[in-house]
Amino acid sequence: MLEFLQQLINGLALGSIYALIALGYTMVYGVLRFINFAHSDVFMVGAFCGYYASKVGSRFLASGTVTAAIVVFLMSMVVCALLGILIERLAYRPLRERSKLTVLITAIGVSLLMEFTGQLVFGADPKSFRLLPSKNLQIFGGLVFNTNQVVVLGVTVLLLVVLQMIVLKTKMGTAMRAVSYNHRAAALMGINIDVVISFTFGLGSALAAAAGILYAISYPSIDPLMGVMPGLKAFVAAVLGGVGSIPGAAIGGVLIGIIETLVSGYVSSTYRDAIAFGVLILILLFKPTGLLGQPTVEKV
Amino acid sequence: MLEIKNLVVSYGSIVALHDVSLNVVAGEIVTLIGGNGAGKTSALKAISGLVAPSPGSIRFQGEDITRLKAHQIVKRGLCHVPEGRMIFANLTVAENLDMGAYLRTDAVEKRATLQYVFSLFPRLKERAQQIAGTLSGGEQQMLAIGRALMSKPKFLMLDEPSLGIAPLLVKTIFEKIVEINREQGITILLVEQNANLALEISMRGYVLETGRILLHDHSPALRRNPEVRKAYLGGG
Repeated sequence: MLEFLQQLINGLALGSIYALIALGYTMVYGVLRFINFAHSDVFMVGAFCGYYASKVGSRFLASGTVTAAIVVFLMSMVVCALLGILIERLAYRPLRERSKLTVLITAIGVSLLMEFTGQLVFGADPKSFRLLPSKNLQIFGGLVFNTNQVVVLGVTVLLLVVLQMIVLKTKMGTAMRAVSYNHRAAALMGINIDVVISFTFGLGSALAAAAGILYAISYPSIDPLMGVMPGLKAFVAAVLGGVGSIPGAAIGGVLIGIIETLVSGYVSSTYRDAIAFGVLILILLFKPTGLLGQPTVEKV
Repeated sequence: MLEIKNLVVSYGSIVALHDVSLNVVAGEIVTLIGGNGAGKTSALKAISGLVAPSPGSIRFQGEDITRLKAHQIVKRGLCHVPEGRMIFANLTVAENLDMGAYLRTDAVEKRATLQYVFSLFPRLKERAQQIAGTLSGGEQQMLAIGRALMSKPKFLMLDEPSLGIAPLLVKTIFEKIVEINREQGITILLVEQNANLALEISMRGYVLETGRILLHDHSPALRRNPEVRKAYLGGG
């Protein structure tokens, strides 16, 4: 029982990271109906921005403090938001009227470009950075919480609440939902579709940046290809939750994280990656709309 | 107020509108009638910037709006209620109305417009917190018109407001259209299959056939015109 709870905690922490990445996939899918495969590399850039920000920041702020950590998060999120907006502007917007396949292939191209530019700029060797001193907390006689896991869960919950506020309570959030329902109708309301799409890319990329830092503090090292696997898992999470659904992406991420951790804990870690893709196959076979997804209605 | 000269709209190799010219004077209700595929919807889409016309010019209040984007045209006070209503089915009624007022920043006046829309269509007030997709066809049409009014337009284009709506509600909606025109001074361009109804409430009408303007006259004259009666009014 104790071990099961321990695995659950670990799974929840991992799942939170998947959830934050999955939100970016699902929001972009919502407004543009395509999967932005370069998203996983924005996650990678987020981790590296965090790495460099903490290096530079340590000259001005005492490293290892909460203030320094917050500054690192914010800087990385802002840089990645701008990067996401730039990617959409340069790579996807010129293809807005083209077929979805064209955009999808372009997204894969952008992804490869970022991975290999990353190797050139950041170097291919793994790097490690510590944001906050980590220690293990014992609770309930034997259950271990690492402080980093607390940070991961805390930051994720905070970001989910903020995102929910933006999407449900602000004018821009309502406009995002309007655009995701129908571009033309939204344009007829005076909504500038391009601005809403840029905003969506910025928001999703900022969440990916936060996920990148959370991943970097949970795992020993970061490298330019670190985004590939978590990106694919988060994509599976988005499909599991119902692509286009924001709560779905959050739930899907947590589920994938927990399933993966339980499988590697009880069966074998060899199957860790296989299980996520097994879930994808099952979902596509039996419930293609995902847990919370709406069946798409073709509009004329 | 609206002047269209030699407008051509084509989708690929299919030409939907050939050399259409029409004008609407401030305060009027003008109708475009014609059968299926006559180009009525294409004309409205070209005006509101949803499709780009190739040759032709569209001037609104003296300004050339031919090349403007849809959201820029709304800003100038020209609002289009599209065919099929296109309400945001995933948002609540209140959120739909709020999106209609997307470009407005004056909170007080916005509330006043909302009160006006609710007084025009009390049903919308009752259902304000309901998800718009659950409304009936007639209610969705009311919402689509109400949402357009939220932008405080000077000029309103309505595409097939009677489509797919219970006959009783059609009457109400057409009465409201006249009321909007008379009391708010909003100029209206109405596209309608139901030519009888459209000619009844409008001052002038254009008859469109396979992308060309066939006839243009005052509505009472069109209603008496034997050709129009035969083709569109179901009479001899």
